[in-house]
Amino acid sequence: MKTSLQRRELLKFLAAGSASSLLSACVTHRSVASSSTKKLGHVIIVGGGWGGATAAKYLRVWSGGAINVTLIERNAQFVSCPLSNLVIGGSKKIQDITRDYSGLRALGVQVLIDEVTGIDPIKKQVSLQKISPLGYDRIIIAPGVDFLFDQIKGLDVKAQQTVLHAWKAGPQTVALRQQLEAMPNGGVFAISIPKAPYRCPPGPYERACQVAWYFKNYKPKSKVIILDANEEVTSKKGLFTKAWSEQYKGLVEYRNNWQATELETNSSFHTVVSDLGDKLKADVLNIIPPQRAANIAQQVGAINANNKWCDVNWVTMESTTVPGLHVLGDATLAASLMPKSGHMANQHGKAAAAAIVESFNGRTPQAMMMANTCYSFITDKDVVHVASVHRYDAAKKTMLALPITTGPALSTEPNALEGVYALSWAQTVWADMLG
Amino acid sequence: MKSLIMLLGFYPLTVVLAQQGQPPVITTTVNPAYLAANCTNCHGAKATVVPGSIPSLEGLQKEYVIEQMKAFREGRRPATIMHQLAKGYTDEQISLIAEYFAQKTAGK
Repeated sequence: MKTSLQRRELLKFLAAGSASSLLSACVTHRSVASSSTKKLGHVIIVGGGWGGATAAKYLRVWSGGAINVTLIERNAQFVSCPLSNLVIGGSKKIQDITRDYSGLRALGVQVLIDEVTGIDPIKKQVSLQKISPLGYDRIIIAPGVDFLFDQIKGLDVKAQQTVLHAWKAGPQTVALRQQLEAMPNGGVFAISIPKAPYRCPPGPYERACQVAWYFKNYKPKSKVIILDANEEVTSKKGLFTKAWSEQYKGLVEYRNNWQATELETNSSFHTVVSDLGDKLKADVLNIIPPQRAANIAQQVGAINANNKWCDVNWVTMESTTVPGLHVLGDATLAASLMPKSGHMANQHGKAAAAAIVESFNGRTPQAMMMANTCYSFITDKDVVHVASVHRYDAAKKTMLALPITTGPALSTEPNALEGVYALSWAQTVWADMLG
Repeated sequence: MKSLIMLLGFYPLTVVLAQQGQPPVITTTVNPAYLAANCTNCHGAKATVVPGSIPSLEGLQKEYVIEQMKAFREGRRPATIMHQLAKGYTDEQISLIAEYFAQKTAGK
């Protein structure tokens, strides 16, 4: 009896004290070893957008420079999708939403302007277009989306030269603006929206507002026609529909359940055809095609949900299929009420950075809180928002939006104060992600 | 001591842990810097903030931040967005965030 009591006590002692001391001793040993070499490991990040750039920065900051970070991005400069509709509307210039990677380089991130051609998760190696393969301890992919052009008959490589998506900020943003400037007063601008989920739920409706703002001020006989494959406006519905029926009355027409499936183009106009056979002629046609996680996610085998998106562990942002690979941003299979937004991708980047810093230090990653703030410009100055906070639910193994009872929270009406805040947000979040 | 050695020999570490129903991991408290990273998308560094716009939280007194968050949450302080976001955080989280920013001085 006495012996068994002693055993029990000893077991408790071992579990509570000695066992963890032994484990701590291992950790201490490892941290000492790493602090002497000053390196905990090498992380490669594919994609220098909202998620990837944020992860790069915070891996450096939170590891005190002890993690080597290589960021691979195909574009030499960062161009922001948020605010890019203002360039299309004409109240901002592309240089206003363009930043470089010098801040990340100053933090010690190795930024390579290159194209990743393959990832081998077994060899832990990335192949690139310009240089020899690079090895890694962990890899983060933040590749964004690629478009399923083949779901719209006629939207071939040639047609893509004139029927733009402008859904990745950059040259297409400028080109769409030029098409609107060249369009005569009295012309029709049509925007086609794919079925959800797609990048930036309120983005197409904000774009419709920005083009309507431009028409109202400079080409008042023109018209904006929204062709939405969805049953209804997918984000900020009441706020957008109010703007179209009041301040843009007569300028904007909204058609729901209008899925673009076919395209005919000639030198003077485009005709878009719906799945039901409806036809619409437009002078400027902006088709936002259906999307899925970008090609590199497919190549590495991380697309495992609906043949389109990457399911992740929401504590670490690790792929549920490919070990040692984290996925961020629009490429993920979103948790409930979690939009594919830049702000959200920034939060994903921080969660992955924290998880990697914790594991490299021998600690167990803890679930992060995540917040989303998403501003939409109704005019050049008046803005509305949607906001949400997301908390990890251990039982359901996913992120849940808070407050759960009411879901995402909205503005009451478009206002100029939020216009000031939206521009301030952009400057701050760019600095938060780019150093 | 003899029995201790025997017991150690008899119960390897992994078995001990398994019997206690504990995974062989080290738990850690949440790093307040990770929590505060929810705020820094909008609330930037002191040096870069535009006057009249979204304020920096760096160096603000802990009690002040806690009180403002509670005022937002309870509807005592009107806001464009903070009255909504504040509802997503617990008192404990707000306290950790407030302490983090109180200790953070500009540029660090």
